[in-house]
Amino acid sequence: MATIWVYLETNPKGLSKASLEALGEARRLAGDGRVTGVLIGSGVGALAEAAGHHGADEVLVADDAAHADFNLDVHVHLMRRALDGAGADLLLMPVSVHCRELSARLAAALDTGLAPDCVRSETVDGTVHWTRPIYAGKAFETVTPGGSPGIVTLRPNNFEALAPDTGRAASVTPLEATIDADRLRLEVREAVAAAADKVPLTEAAIIVSGGRGMKDPANFALIEKLAGTLGAAVGASRAVVDAGWRPHAEQVGQTGKTVSPVLYIACGISGAIQHLAGMSSSRTIVAVNKDPEAPIFKVADYGIVGDTLEVLPLLDEEFKKLLA
Amino acid sequence: MNFQLSEQHRLVRDMARDFAAGEIAPHAEEMDRTHAFPTEILEKAKGLGLLGIVVPEEYGGAGMDFLSYIIILEEIGRVCASTCVILSVHNTLFIGGLLKFGSEEQKRAWLPRAASGEILGAYLLTEPGAGSDAGSLKLRAKKVEGGWRLTGSKSFITNGGVASHGIVYGRTDPEAGTRGISAFLFDMDAEGVTRGAEEKKMGLNASSTVQVTFEDVFVPEENLLGEENRGFPVAMEILNAGRIGIAAQALGIAQAALDESVAYSGQREQFGTTINRFQSIQWFLSEMATEIEAARLLIYRAAVAYGEGRRVIKEAAMAKLFASAACMRAVDKAVQIHGGYGYTRDYKVERLFRDAKVTEIYEGTSEVQRIVIARALAAS
Amino acid sequence: MKIAVLVKQVADTAAKIELQPDGSAVKLDDVQKVLNPYDEFAVEAAIQLKEKDGGEVTVVNVGPDSADEAVKTALAMGCDRAVVLRDGEAQGLDPAGTAAVLAAMLAREEFDLVLCGKQAVDDDAHLVGPAVAERLDLPVATFATSLEVADGKAVVGRDADGIRETLAVPLPAVLTCQKGLNEPRYPSLPGIMQAARKPKDVVTLADLGMNPEPRVARQGMTLPPPRAEGKVLSGEIPDQVKELVQLLRNEARAV
Repeated sequence: MATIWVYLETNPKGLSKASLEALGEARRLAGDGRVTGVLIGSGVGALAEAAGHHGADEVLVADDAAHADFNLDVHVHLMRRALDGAGADLLLMPVSVHCRELSARLAAALDTGLAPDCVRSETVDGTVHWTRPIYAGKAFETVTPGGSPGIVTLRPNNFEALAPDTGRAASVTPLEATIDADRLRLEVREAVAAAADKVPLTEAAIIVSGGRGMKDPANFALIEKLAGTLGAAVGASRAVVDAGWRPHAEQVGQTGKTVSPVLYIACGISGAIQHLAGMSSSRTIVAVNKDPEAPIFKVADYGIVGDTLEVLPLLDEEFKKLLA
Repeated sequence: MNFQLSEQHRLVRDMARDFAAGEIAPHAEEMDRTHAFPTEILEKAKGLGLLGIVVPEEYGGAGMDFLSYIIILEEIGRVCASTCVILSVHNTLFIGGLLKFGSEEQKRAWLPRAASGEILGAYLLTEPGAGSDAGSLKLRAKKVEGGWRLTGSKSFITNGGVASHGIVYGRTDPEAGTRGISAFLFDMDAEGVTRGAEEKKMGLNASSTVQVTFEDVFVPEENLLGEENRGFPVAMEILNAGRIGIAAQALGIAQAALDESVAYSGQREQFGTTINRFQSIQWFLSEMATEIEAARLLIYRAAVAYGEGRRVIKEAAMAKLFASAACMRAVDKAVQIHGGYGYTRDYKVERLFRDAKVTEIYEGTSEVQRIVIARALAAS
Repeated sequence: MKIAVLVKQVADTAAKIELQPDGSAVKLDDVQKVLNPYDEFAVEAAIQLKEKDGGEVTVVNVGPDSADEAVKTALAMGCDRAVVLRDGEAQGLDPAGTAAVLAAMLAREEFDLVLCGKQAVDDDAHLVGPAVAERLDLPVATFATSLEVADGKAVVGRDADGIRETLAVPLPAVLTCQKGLNEPRYPSLPGIMQAARKPKDVVTLADLGMNPEPRVARQGMTLPPPRAEGKVLSGEIPDQVKELVQLLRNEARAV
């Protein structure tokens, strides 16, 4: 195919996982074509090498203390300069708050098509078709963004990063562009890493919930630990709330809260109808219970029949490995 | 004949539904349990114009039509029958009386404060010895210099424990039966007015219901509502609108019963399937749904006609008679569908069951409605 | 201050989504439609600014006739006037095309501030705000969860994937609103009555001299696969745990 560009994002650990996935997808689509990465930040120059290992042929780097914080005006300006005359066919970006505004503004500036939040690609008669969720994932549309470059943002965990090939070297080119003071209108007054505010149970994307099967209130420490690893909220069944093990605010069910998270992990919860009433519309339900006849297994997408107290620490460990 | 709600009515319905879901529903169960009056909810309702829904804009109200008001009552009734009746007595009976029978001076003096909710109104017709036979009421209104003095007692007064003002019916001519009754606006905090203890009701627990006694309570001339000794027709006319309002409350309760039952029967599994696959449950649900639709149409027709100033005595009675009966049948089926769970406070249908019964009793029992309809048929 | 709020009418998030028989579009006829929830934050923010500093709030909408209800809701909440475009040709546009039309509508007046929700809950594109800003050559700050306007600047607080940012843009500017910015008010009953009387200007594509084209072509639509039968895993517990985590990542994409 052609020339595919990838806008790369970094975090304190290096190139973001979603950026690596975008590079992998770019490499796969480009075939014998050219993959160019763009890296803008402060102290990021060294990451150009990693970009090469993960599929880039060339990396444009703007490495300057002034770029320590993301400034939309600066990034739009730099990207426009970089893309000007470069003949890019496609620009891939990871999905993030910054990339959402950057991709939308850039697409309007270049008058090209933007397909945001894509989860799959398929090449049909030489054209790449991108699939993206709409109506919060209740439906999917397949689209082809027009113009050169068409811009696509990729949802994390839906595309494959390449296994790093340390033999692969990318050429590095400095990306320079001074921006006129009157084009730099947005001011970043502050940007600090912050722990996210505690998400209310009713809005949490992931909930780890415990019931009588936890045997003892002290064992909820295992639930809290797993919740911490997953960035999840803690829920409870009515039985343990009535017993005074957990506060009413955590109760999920008929007389508690109704929740619909992306993932609901029910530990030691039998699954009586009062509880189901509160969580049955969760997107994915996991049940861990030592009773194979527990009603919760009827609604669970995945179940482990086993001792919750044994399973929980193992789950925590596995998730820690996955999310590292 | 257009059976679709207009855009305006849809906006009103959506607003009422959102308000009920956001501000009332989270507290309904607790209010029922603790018998707490919805003071904060009413404060928010005031700011949105819900205390003066049909009061014309020139008097500080929202100036909506009667159908909009009925739509709002149904949406609130669906979530909390108590809050619904509190608003209904204030809007339909107290404000309704002023709108239909108040003089221009009275309207200007009272309506703006009622519409803003500065005044919360009550309606005092019923007595310990005069329920369906309202015309036999005994509270005496004795003519004195500058007004009347009222002595007697009224019972089952909704809002009675908290209202600031009310409309009270008293006997100005002891010899003249129903032609000796007059209606008066009065201050619930006036000297001689005593509010009794809260009745221990089966349901509508967040609504205040008390006996009110009058001992030589003075009401000035300018508080006479309508003409002297012509109070009974005033009461009957106001009750017409009241019937439609209570019918809307019953409709709301029934709709809630249906919604709960559809959800529950789609989740509860017995004999290897969700119970909504069983014919007996399906028949319960379809009967509930059909009667609710029929009730809604009766109510809307009466509401539209009333709003257009047409005579609706028969239609209003039919709406209340049918809607309250349909409501009773719906809550009965709803508890049955929920089985043992429906018999516990954990499930909403238990409260719906207790709240429903009064709709067949107050503002004209179902027996009275039947008589009203029969008389209208005979007259035509 | 002259403020514009861009609003969209969308399917209620609780609605069941079905496709047309030919799979080309979502079936919307019987679906309950509402004012886009994220746009409600924008409407509320605009009205609060007007209540504090005076001015006028204009609600702007491109959509079918039924979108008048969403516009009326915004007027009932307290916006002063509406400018709408109802051309059939504009209905099939993608978000980028709609953004171009909105920008052209906005360009006819001098607004100090343009507010909208960060995304529409139907297309979930997060596109219109920044695209409108680019077309009007205005600065934009997105995902606002706090907002202060003073001395000709808008100061916005937002959470950008774990980084708490404070951004400042000079007016005129575009801002997109995120949940948590405010609690949108219910339309009051007097507000609903007044909404019917507020001025509504209808603009056409001919008035704008536009013939917009979509930039993204839709090739097809699908519904997600139906919920599969649950899997109870087997084997040694440590292996089951490993398998579960892999399934959650790769099959359920839940984590």
